[in-house]
Order: sequence, then C-alpha cells, then structure tokens
Amino acid sequence: MFEHYLSIFITTVFIENIALSVFLGMCTFIAISKKIDAAFGLGVAVIVVCLITVPLNNLIYNSILKEGALAWAGLPKANLEFVGLISYIGVIAAAVQILEMFLDRFVPALYNALGVFLPLITVNCAILGASLFMIEKDLKFGESVVYGLGAGVGWAMAIVVLAGIREKLKYSDIPDGLQGLGVTFLIVGLMSFGFMSFGGISL
Amino acid sequence: MTVKQYKEVLAKPLLEENPITLQILGICSALAVTSNLSVTLVMCVALTSVVSFSNLFISIIRNYIPSSVRIIVQMTIIASLVIVVDELLKAYDYETSKKLSVFVGLIITNCIVMGRAEAFAMKEKPFISFLDGLGNGLGYSVILIAVAVVRELFGAGTLMGYEILPLVSNGGWYPANNLLLLPPSSFILIGLMIWGIRAYKTDQIEPNEYKLSEHATAPDMSKRELNV
Repeated sequence: MFEHYLSIFITTVFIENIALSVFLGMCTFIAISKKIDAAFGLGVAVIVVCLITVPLNNLIYNSILKEGALAWAGLPKANLEFVGLISYIGVIAAAVQILEMFLDRFVPALYNALGVFLPLITVNCAILGASLFMIEKDLKFGESVVYGLGAGVGWAMAIVVLAGIREKLKYSDIPDGLQGLGVTFLIVGLMSFGFMSFGGISL
Repeated sequence: MTVKQYKEVLAKPLLEENPITLQILGICSALAVTSNLSVTLVMCVALTSVVSFSNLFISIIRNYIPSSVRIIVQMTIIASLVIVVDELLKAYDYETSKKLSVFVGLIITNCIVMGRAEAFAMKEKPFISFLDGLGNGLGYSVILIAVAVVRELFGAGTLMGYEILPLVSNGGWYPANNLLLLPPSSFILIGLMIWGIRAYKTDQIEPNEYKLSEHATAPDMSKRELNV
C-alpha cells in the first residue's frame, strides 16, 4: 500500500512534473521566478493549496457530480459532470479565500510571507489542472491526497530551480532582444527537455 | 468612440501588445496544444470566443459588480462560457475534444481571459470590450498558429494532416525533425519568436540589470608577452 502511494508521489513529482512536463501554471512560473525568495514563497503556497483543493474536489466529484453518485438522495440517474468546471474553480477560489483569512487570523507570520501570492493562486492553472488530471485519472481519495501533494511539490521544485538559474543569469551578457523574457523561455525549454529524460520510467 | 479607436483596440494586441510575447499571459496552452495545426485552430477559436464574450458580458454588468467579490463573479461568467464551449466541442468534434483533454477546461484559468476582464472590461463600454477581447484572442491565435505551423510542417512534414514535405519514410526526400514534435520545442520557438519581434520593435526590449564594465583604456597589445 505504502509503495503504491510512494510511486504515485514520485511519478507526479518527476515523471509527470506539472510545470515541466505538462506545462501548467506557466504564467506565474515565468513572471515570479526572478528571485529565489519569492519563488520559494509561491512554491509553498502552491503546495498548500494543491494539498487542500485536490482532495476536496475529489470528494465533490465522487460524492455529488459523478454519474450515479447521487443515488443516496434518490437520484440514481443524475449526472452532474457538466457543472464540474464551475464547481472545481469555485472550490479553489473559496479554499484560497478561507485559507487567506485563516492565516491572517491565526498565523500572521506565514500570512505575511505568503499573503501576496494567495490571490494569484486562484488563477494559477497548475491548481485547476491538478484537479482536472485527478478526475481524468479517476483517483481514490487517499491517492488524490498524495497526487495533490506531489503536484504541488513538483511545481514548487521547478520554480525554485528556474529562479536559481535566473539569479545567476542576470550577470551574463545576453543579446538585447533576448533579455528577460526571451532567454527565460529558452531556459525553460532546455529544463523541460531535461525532464523528458524521466519519461518512460514506470514505477 | 470613433472607428479609428475601434481599429486600434483590435489591432494593437496583434503585435505591439501581444498577450503572449509581451504580457506573458496564457502561455500554458500555447505550449501543449501546438503540435498539430487543426487542434491548434480549434483551441484558438475556443479561446477567442470565450475571451470576447466574457469581456462583453462582464462589461455589460460592470456597474453592478461589488469590487470585493468581482473575481468570483468574473470567474463564474468565464467558467459558464467555458462549459458551453466544452459541451459544444464534445457534441460536434469529439476527437479534437479528446486531444485537447483538460486544456479546454483550463481556458478558465487562462490569464488572458481574467487579465482582459480585469484590465479592460471592468472600465469600458460593452462593444469596445468585445473588440478588445477579439483582438487579444487573435493576438494569442497568431502566435499559436505560427508555432503550430513550424512544429507540424518541419516535425511531421504535414499541415492540417495533408502532406506538404514528403517524408523519407514514405519514399520522399524530407527527414522529419522529431525534436519539434516534443512539447519543450515550443518554448524554444516562442523564445526565438520573442527575439525576432523585439529585434523589430526595439521599444519592447527589457533593460539589463547589470552591464559589463567598459575597459578604461584599450590593452596595449605590443607589450603583451607570449608564453611560448
């Protein structure tokens, strides 16, 4: 059992890294990766939000939206999958809002560190993407917890690595037109080629 | 509003303020759906219609949205539009819908849609917001189509599934560049495209944080000793 969970975790972190293999959350990935501190803060925020929202969406999908899931309420034929997208994004937006209020009230130190990133996360496609992939893979609740954690950790790792490279890169002599955005794209491309070497490994 | 302003709103996002190459918005789908031109075209149509209509509807009700809950209101409108697009696609083109998998759903969190709603539609009148959405959707499409054409033509020798460059494996002369079919190559293509656009539009170049210092005087070559 433990091995099964471990293999899901390793697969999501390395082989199907959500940033470098499926390219989700790229806007924030490229925009907020100039400094390691900021990148690390955002990474932690993504891990926390992924860990909360993916299992939450799993519960909602399996007990309300899935075909036949409403049998306990006397509606055995109900299939609410078409409102899936709007409920997942609703859950994510609400969870982020509640987390923000909770941190502000009880853990102000953490709120100060993560506060600015939390609203950004609602529109981060890595979070919604993780939920959608979880639905597509048809995971059970326990697996979805591990999957959410793995997706967050993979994304956080990738952004911290990119920020490290970009901090070094600012001292280098780059052609004018490539400065900033252009060269970042090239680097992410190379990083992602590197991550492709994990492809084909099955655990 | 004059016709000239309408034209400007429509044309500016195509090159000068392109959402992908300048504003860094909506990159995710630009990378994952560009290995095949026909899939890319479907994605472009889907995104352009969502962004223009979400701009239109948000602009119509902009004066009734309390600013504290505006994000969630915008999200609801966008998500509903995306659901409509998703269901239409599933009904009429199931094959493509399977290939796009989660990326249609991810239009909800595509930053272009949210960004335009927040930056433009909340302030301007409905019709011009609609045009702004259309312009930005087209700006996104231009880059995606350009990337998809390069990737499909040189990666597989075809365009929209029709053979353009006959492959060696089919008895032709063109050895396919499989590297271009791998998703990371679209990063490199977009990076080079940004370089191209900035070589032409030099005002988009980002300033350098550090500069190499110049030599105070040129080194005297005649005094240099050779270590032979």
